[in-house]
Amino acid sequence: MITNAIIILLLPLFAFIIQIFLGKRLPKQGAWLPTGVMFIALFMSIAIFIEALSQYEPNNILAQASWTWFSFGPVTITFGILIDNLTAIMLVVVTTVSAFVHLYSFGYMHGDERYSRYFAYLSLFSFSMLGLILVDNFFGIYIFWELVGLCSYLLIGFWFEKDSAANAGKKAFITNRVGDVGMLVAILIIFTTLGTFNFREVFTGVADGHLSGTLLTVTGMLLFLGAIGKSAQFPLHVWLPDAMEGPTPVSALIHAATMVAAGVYMVGRTFVFFTPDALLFIAYIGTITAFLGATIAIVQKDIKRVLAYSTISQLGYMMVALGTGTPTAGLFHLMTHAFFKSCLFLGSGSVIHAIHSQNMDDMGGLRKKMPITFWTFLIATLALSGVPPFSGFFSKDEILISSLVFGMEHPAHLVIFIIMLLSAGITAFYMFRLIFMTFFGEPKDKEKYDHAHESPWTMTVPLMVLAALSIGPMWWGWVEHLLEKPELASFATSAAGSFKVENHELTHSAHFIAMVTSIPVALSGILLAAIIYYWKKISAETWGRRLKPIYNLLWNKYYFDEIYQATFIGGTLAFSRLSALFDANMIDGFVNAVARMTARISFVNGLFDLKFIDGIVNFVGNTIRKFGAQLREVQTGKVQNYILMALFAIILLFIMQQF
Amino acid sequence: MSIGLAHFLTLSAILFCLGLFAVITKRNAVTVLMGIELIINAANINFIAFARFTDNDLDGQIFAIFVIVAAAAAAAVALAIVLNLYERLKSIDLDEADSLAG
Repeated sequence: MITNAIIILLLPLFAFIIQIFLGKRLPKQGAWLPTGVMFIALFMSIAIFIEALSQYEPNNILAQASWTWFSFGPVTITFGILIDNLTAIMLVVVTTVSAFVHLYSFGYMHGDERYSRYFAYLSLFSFSMLGLILVDNFFGIYIFWELVGLCSYLLIGFWFEKDSAANAGKKAFITNRVGDVGMLVAILIIFTTLGTFNFREVFTGVADGHLSGTLLTVTGMLLFLGAIGKSAQFPLHVWLPDAMEGPTPVSALIHAATMVAAGVYMVGRTFVFFTPDALLFIAYIGTITAFLGATIAIVQKDIKRVLAYSTISQLGYMMVALGTGTPTAGLFHLMTHAFFKSCLFLGSGSVIHAIHSQNMDDMGGLRKKMPITFWTFLIATLALSGVPPFSGFFSKDEILISSLVFGMEHPAHLVIFIIMLLSAGITAFYMFRLIFMTFFGEPKDKEKYDHAHESPWTMTVPLMVLAALSIGPMWWGWVEHLLEKPELASFATSAAGSFKVENHELTHSAHFIAMVTSIPVALSGILLAAIIYYWKKISAETWGRRLKPIYNLLWNKYYFDEIYQATFIGGTLAFSRLSALFDANMIDGFVNAVARMTARISFVNGLFDLKFIDGIVNFVGNTIRKFGAQLREVQTGKVQNYILMALFAIILLFIMQQF
Repeated sequence: MSIGLAHFLTLSAILFCLGLFAVITKRNAVTVLMGIELIINAANINFIAFARFTDNDLDGQIFAIFVIVAAAAAAAVALAIVLNLYERLKSIDLDEADSLAG
């Protein structure tokens, strides 16, 4: 099984390497290679999943293996793969969405000038995401975490000729970096206190109390900061709507189903770390995010932006589930959301492909032109709105139950449940607003409507498969059971004290209340949408004018971008200018002064050298030359002279001998 | 008065000085060579005189014969050099052969 997992991991990497270097030379630009590889990975993942099912034991580790990566001194860093039920399910989710997004991209990206590179990036992303869910340590998760961030950046800015796309890529990358710093610090704290990166060893260390108290809370919050960035939680959610500048299949794969859910996955995987304080923090961040996202989505006109804000909102839901102590519900919603939201994005891509506009004001009446897109979109919308018997109902219900149980135990925090319920209603409202504006009513742009047509099979098949996966009450229950982690819960309990009391009676009554409230709330949301946008009994424009301040607030997305522009970006720029001034005056002045002083000293030094040292050297030389000039006179070259001199010398010697 | 070693040595010294004088003062290379012959023969007289008046054996005389042979060879070489000098300078005036000058 380990071998299979490694093959699943390396297949997309292999496809990426081939595709990035040779893609353009391969027949049909090589798009079939990454796609084929993803389908192979999908079948292999299903095999692993079936094995997990055949054992059907919660908290079951199917396989694990680790290798020594490197060691320095007493510290040895291992790198390994861990496959448990959670991994098995995530493998299927990621490979399914990825494979069908690859297939869908055949049609959607057809004729793009960087067609082969697009598929290379998709492969690299698939590799990174699979790595993220397979590794068994924090170090590895951080590496792959950054890799998916890189792929996200590359794909958001894929059409970099557009300034908006290039800027959106940068925004996503930089915003994520803010969160990742927190995560890095958390990992460093973990390593310094516990001396290991491995999940299991870290959990054991936490359970044994080697990391506890405030430091544990802080570590949890810092770790969660990474999730805030990657999963677009308040206050770092601003990058996700802009990320819609990327190709729509990318939005479906990365910015709806997989990468943004990585934060939820990570928190679910490392649930042990979160003390009651940290969990409360997570719960409120999730609540705020869910509400903000849902309310902004009401007024958006861009079909993809509605879905983007909806994604933010749903990620908030998952965080609430984690924060209120039911990670299984959060991970369950992650799965169901992955399927129906990628279906929605691909559906919206199909619509955009048909009418070449993202503005819902240009749409309308497309139901008849694009029946497959409409029906699949409707199924996914019902799932997102939480209408039974579609998948979203079950997972969202679990989250509502979780928040309600939490609220019943701690009445002060009942507000979470109320906001969750309200947001569920808003979700149903804005999704059906989207449906009515896009697929019903009269065509608003006649010319575009006439040119609209149903998409090719490569685009409709993924839609149908993903829609089918959004129905299915009969299987979601047992999938959730697989996710249960009694061991994890016991870790959490011992680490966090008696935080989550298992109260079956309370859970049962909460189940009932959540059920009887959520369905009417969802239905009334749909009804309100129908009244306003289908029957048009209430004019949206009139109410928009009447509630002008609120409308403006929502239309401007609570002015987050403006606030960040004024504070962080403006502040950074002002600080940069100040630094530049300081640099130009202080540092440069100092450097120039040093330079001038050095030149002066060198000048004096040079003088000394020229006059004194050279003087000595030249004196010696000149003396020797003068001496030589006089001496050369003796060398006449006449042999007779020499003989004469020899004679004199001998005579001289004789005379000297006499004394 | 019998003729003794001193007479021979005096003759030899006079001969040597004459040779040396010729070597130092003459400009003509051939004359200088003749001076050299005088010097060599002065030495030869010494060899023979010492051989006759001291040891009474033939070493000195044999040595003189070798010197004569060597002098003949040296004269041949020297004359060849003079010829070459003439080839080059078109003169055998030794004052003009000063290319060794420093």
